[in-house]
Amino acid sequence: MLRFVVRRLLQAVPTLLVLSILLFAWLRSLPGGPATAMLGDKATPAKIAQLNQVLGLDQPIYLQYLRFLRRVLTGDFGNSLVSGDPVVEEIGRAFPATIELSVVALIIAVGLGIPLGYLAARYRGRMLDNVTVVGTLVGVAVPVFFLGYLLKYVFANTLGWFPPSGRQAVDIDATHVTGFFVLDGMMTGEWDAAWDALVHLVLPGLALATIPLAVIVRITRASVLDVVNEDYVRTANAKGLAPGTIRGRHVLRNALLPVSTTIGLQTGLLLAGAVLTEKVFNWGGLGSLLAEGIDRKDYPRLQALILLAAFVYVVVNLLVDISYAIIDPRVRVR
Amino acid sequence: MSSLALLDVRDLTVTFHRKGARPFTAVDGVSFDVEPGRTVGLVGESGCGKSVTSLAIMGLLPRRGATVGGSVTFEGTDLLTLSASAMRERRGRDLGMVFQDPLSSLNPVVSIGLQVSEVLERHRGLPRKKAMVEAADLLDKVGIPDPRRRLSEYPHQLSGGMRQRALIAMALACRPRLLIADEPTTALDVTIQAQILALLAELVRDTGTALILITHDLGVVAGLCDEVNVLYAGRVVERAERHALFARPRHPYTNGLLASIPRLDGARGERLRPVRGSVNDNIPWRSGCAFAPRCPNALDVCRLVTPEMVADGPGGLLRCHNPVVHTEEVTA
Repeated sequence: MLRFVVRRLLQAVPTLLVLSILLFAWLRSLPGGPATAMLGDKATPAKIAQLNQVLGLDQPIYLQYLRFLRRVLTGDFGNSLVSGDPVVEEIGRAFPATIELSVVALIIAVGLGIPLGYLAARYRGRMLDNVTVVGTLVGVAVPVFFLGYLLKYVFANTLGWFPPSGRQAVDIDATHVTGFFVLDGMMTGEWDAAWDALVHLVLPGLALATIPLAVIVRITRASVLDVVNEDYVRTANAKGLAPGTIRGRHVLRNALLPVSTTIGLQTGLLLAGAVLTEKVFNWGGLGSLLAEGIDRKDYPRLQALILLAAFVYVVVNLLVDISYAIIDPRVRVR
Repeated sequence: MSSLALLDVRDLTVTFHRKGARPFTAVDGVSFDVEPGRTVGLVGESGCGKSVTSLAIMGLLPRRGATVGGSVTFEGTDLLTLSASAMRERRGRDLGMVFQDPLSSLNPVVSIGLQVSEVLERHRGLPRKKAMVEAADLLDKVGIPDPRRRLSEYPHQLSGGMRQRALIAMALACRPRLLIADEPTTALDVTIQAQILALLAELVRDTGTALILITHDLGVVAGLCDEVNVLYAGRVVERAERHALFARPRHPYTNGLLASIPRLDGARGERLRPVRGSVNDNIPWRSGCAFAPRCPNALDVCRLVTPEMVADGPGGLLRCHNPVVHTEEVTA
């Protein structure tokens, strides 16, 4: 298993390398550039050229790339053109916020999606099933930012059940160790801080979870309906097994195979959704870094962010493959 | 006869209902019985209702969409009146079943050992460890070599014959008094077929289990069954002891089936003799004999009056107005 993991991670290296080249070329082909963005519309061509020279952007693109690559190999992605801080530090500060939000959304999507999908299949054609099917259709169709504002308006602004934005109340004195606020609170024993962070996660977590939740419900439902008609489920029935054993061991275990693939794909999309959700809830994660970076043509920051997203995607899909191997003996590698 | 019977199926009727379609009767008043330790064949072509009959006996038909009538008396209890949970207690313990396609009938993601031992855990209350030890014994008994190693293997790692042996081990794990084998050899290679049939014969002899063997293959019947019920369009048309059936088939359908078997000792260039036509779902038994349109012996009465089941010869039953007459019978 370890060899499998190492091999898969090594396979990711050429992928990331090719992506970095494409990304490099693509960013520099966008109209405008960091110099224009910094100096504004009234800048003279001479000033722009001068700034480009300072930034090293006047050199041939392959030289720029090679220099970038050499620095990246030492872990240096350069300094942000917006803040002047090293990009790695910027991302390090914002990364936990996005991961915390994504993990919560994923827990909601998987934790609710699989049971709901299973129940819909079990009570196929009845009330629960119909409500679920219609609900998931709505869930897929409603854009994240719209749902975000709706949740915020109803549950925060009108009902006041949840805070409307931010990651933690400002007046809470919390110690931050890892940057994952809930985890920090639990580690330091500051339970009020952990609880407050958790309450802040509810609305953005729900908003971000809707699409993956809806997809997981639908896939689970379809998959269970497929599996219950399999011959081996009939065999399990012919053996007179307890209903719980049949459902868990014979139906659900097989039905989860396509679901785990879906979870992997949806986790990748979660990063895209997080950008929008963070905007709505003023979350201060990678989303705001990215938005600002695109606005200001912050090449170093964008390069690091996009490569990071690609790397996360590779890791998530590796996890999916590992889960596959755990569930299905047929794909286990020698 | 019925007082001795282990299983007594009376007027079993199965009707499927589907939205937007007319109800379809797949089994139309089937009656037969199985005495302890005997092997009874249910023979017929595809769609004659033999598999549905077996699923109805096992209580495995979907609760919604299928109505089951008549009675299935097993050791004095009508299985059709049992609750779902009472029936679950009996399945796997008193009644075992082996299916046609061993690959699709095994769960691909659960080890062979667990698939055998879960029956023992469920019906004999054995803890996992003990059940696994016994599972290895069972695999050994059905002729799987190196059974301890096989316990942790998965269905895709076994050959077709081994898979069917494993399924037989599961069905026989709790020593049921009745085993139903639904086309157990159809999906297997010819050489493996013979091995599996020999295994079934041996297990039936050793354990005293009664066996209902469902097949379309008269060769299988000839090798294994004590008596045979021939089904046509959801009804039994002939019942006979094995030797009587092969020596003197009385129903024109049985006769046709036997005549259609290609013979190695036949004359060169001799044509195969199929039973003409195919089963027509829409022919109800209510107005005449369902086989009449295909029957070489058909009379006018066959298309008007449904033949009743009548005694025919020693231990035989027949549903036909104009049965095949064998010459030695006329002289006797």
